[in-house]
Amino acid sequence: MSETVEKVEVKKSEPLFTKKNKKLITNPLDIDNPITVQVLGICSALAVTTQLKPAFIMAVSLTIVTACSNVAISAMRNSIPSRIRIIVQLAVVSLWVTLVNELLKAYVYDVSKQLSVFVGLIITNCIVMGRLEAYAMSNKPGPSFLDGLGNGLGYGLILMTIAFFREFLGSGALFGFKVFDLIGLHYQGNGLMLLPAGACIILGIIIWIQRSMNGYRETH
Amino acid sequence: MKFLRDALDKAKHNFEKGGKWEKYYYVFEAFDTFAFVPNTTTPPKGAQIRDAVDMKRLMMTVIIAMVPCLIFGIFNIGYQHFLAIGQEGSIGEMFWIGLVQVVPIIIVSYAAGLGVEFIFATFRRHPVNEGFLVTGMLIPLVMPPDVPLWQVAIATVFAVIIGKEAFGGTGMNVVNVALTARAFLYFAYPVDIAGEVWTYLPEGVKTVEGYSGATPLAIAANSITTGENAVNALTHFGTGWADHLYSFENMFLGLIPGSVGETSTLMCLIGAFILIFTGVGSWKIIVSVFAGAFGMGLFLNAVGGNPFVELPAHYHLVMGGLAFGAVFMATDPVTASQTETGKWIYGALIGVMTVLIRVFNPAYPEGIMLAILLMNVFAPLIDYFVVNANKKRRLKRATV
Repeated sequence: MSETVEKVEVKKSEPLFTKKNKKLITNPLDIDNPITVQVLGICSALAVTTQLKPAFIMAVSLTIVTACSNVAISAMRNSIPSRIRIIVQLAVVSLWVTLVNELLKAYVYDVSKQLSVFVGLIITNCIVMGRLEAYAMSNKPGPSFLDGLGNGLGYGLILMTIAFFREFLGSGALFGFKVFDLIGLHYQGNGLMLLPAGACIILGIIIWIQRSMNGYRETH
Repeated sequence: MKFLRDALDKAKHNFEKGGKWEKYYYVFEAFDTFAFVPNTTTPPKGAQIRDAVDMKRLMMTVIIAMVPCLIFGIFNIGYQHFLAIGQEGSIGEMFWIGLVQVVPIIIVSYAAGLGVEFIFATFRRHPVNEGFLVTGMLIPLVMPPDVPLWQVAIATVFAVIIGKEAFGGTGMNVVNVALTARAFLYFAYPVDIAGEVWTYLPEGVKTVEGYSGATPLAIAANSITTGENAVNALTHFGTGWADHLYSFENMFLGLIPGSVGETSTLMCLIGAFILIFTGVGSWKIIVSVFAGAFGMGLFLNAVGGNPFVELPAHYHLVMGGLAFGAVFMATDPVTASQTETGKWIYGALIGVMTVLIRVFNPAYPEGIMLAILLMNVFAPLIDYFVVNANKKRRLKRATV
């Protein structure tokens, strides 16, 4: 996550970076997390998190797509007829997704193969569409970019946490690097963690911990 | 006993409000009420049910019902061990081998589970739940004899936290905790809890010639590919080293390899009798699980198709863990259906699902665990429809 932190620091120099805008980045990381609070994007969170590497690529891809589509839609927001806005949003999103997909194929072909359809499915990822509808359609490009970035990071944070535990407990490795072999221990992989059910359980535990820490309750 | 009571009374002030171990009051309270029936009664307001049989005593009844299964299981581990290595062993030696295998599992299961319970009770400031008394005994009974102890510990901790505490503790769990532990191991470490692990064989021990650790269910499932009559395959199994190991009588008595406590249908029935006689377990659920499995078996026999489908229905009742699951797992009052009609539906569906999974799903040789877990999830739905149907019936009567 180090490179994304740098991005935030660069942003700081801009006058646009007010206290309110800072919230756009920090909120999705905790109290307004797209996965654990809004419960969006669960499908890919279960599917691509068996290992850290694909999860990381996926998180970066989604962050780029969300941030860029937010900017694009926000810039066009006054000229989009509201009756056909969804299809316009989809067209913009698919442009970015296609770009990202081609880039992945060109530079990290093995991961791209591993992620298979899930990069393409970013087009229908609820987080992207949700941010476009909820934020970019009614805000300026600057804050929209931060909003997209923040939500992408919030998604990435949860994705990486799940993938960390799944890869570590499931196969005793981190980024494909056998941690236990290094210290000379034999680790018997936990098969449950390699199944999607394992991701579901870890996600549940993350939500449990998060809610008991910040006191968030569903309102009925 | 007087000595224990005195000691507890002496220590009590330390744990009460203002005492130096106030935080651990509920840990103390758990020990106190475990040893002695508490002298408090229900307050005048609120529920008015008064009975000397409180939750802890109720749970102890279930444990007593499990004792026949446990003792037989301990003996059977030794019996199977000597059969497999082809030596003669006295009954004492058989019990000794069984004890050495089972007692550590029981200790680990209780230590891990109660540890979690005590931690949660201290954090949440509520009395330690009694539920684990039964769960802690059920878990060893559904484990293979030589399961690694660390796996038992992990599975128990997982089951108590995810299966129970996440939902709010004893009485709130959706699925059976002991089966959650077993399902966890089943999916997490399949090599140690599936396949031919059901006979205790220490490393390096030479088995008798022709030995095979295949279970009755595996042999029956295998008959699909070989095309041999399943009953014949079962009867001829073990020829040379354990003649008629898988005859119907043997499977009913439980002299077959399997999990620690689930092999003997007879012992399970004794347990069922204790549970029904004391009113702890629901006879409707027990009967309907057997009926469901038998009915489904008969139906499959009538349809026919392959040797496993044509396996006589009564064999399904004595193979695998059906009897144990029906008596001790399905009747768990928390996770079963609460309505009387619902209990029939719930039990029957468990029986039907068990046979379905056994016969048609080659990935899961035994179906009772998954069937019960699945129906645990559906139990509230069954209750919902039963209650609604009752409402409709009565409304109709009222308007006429």
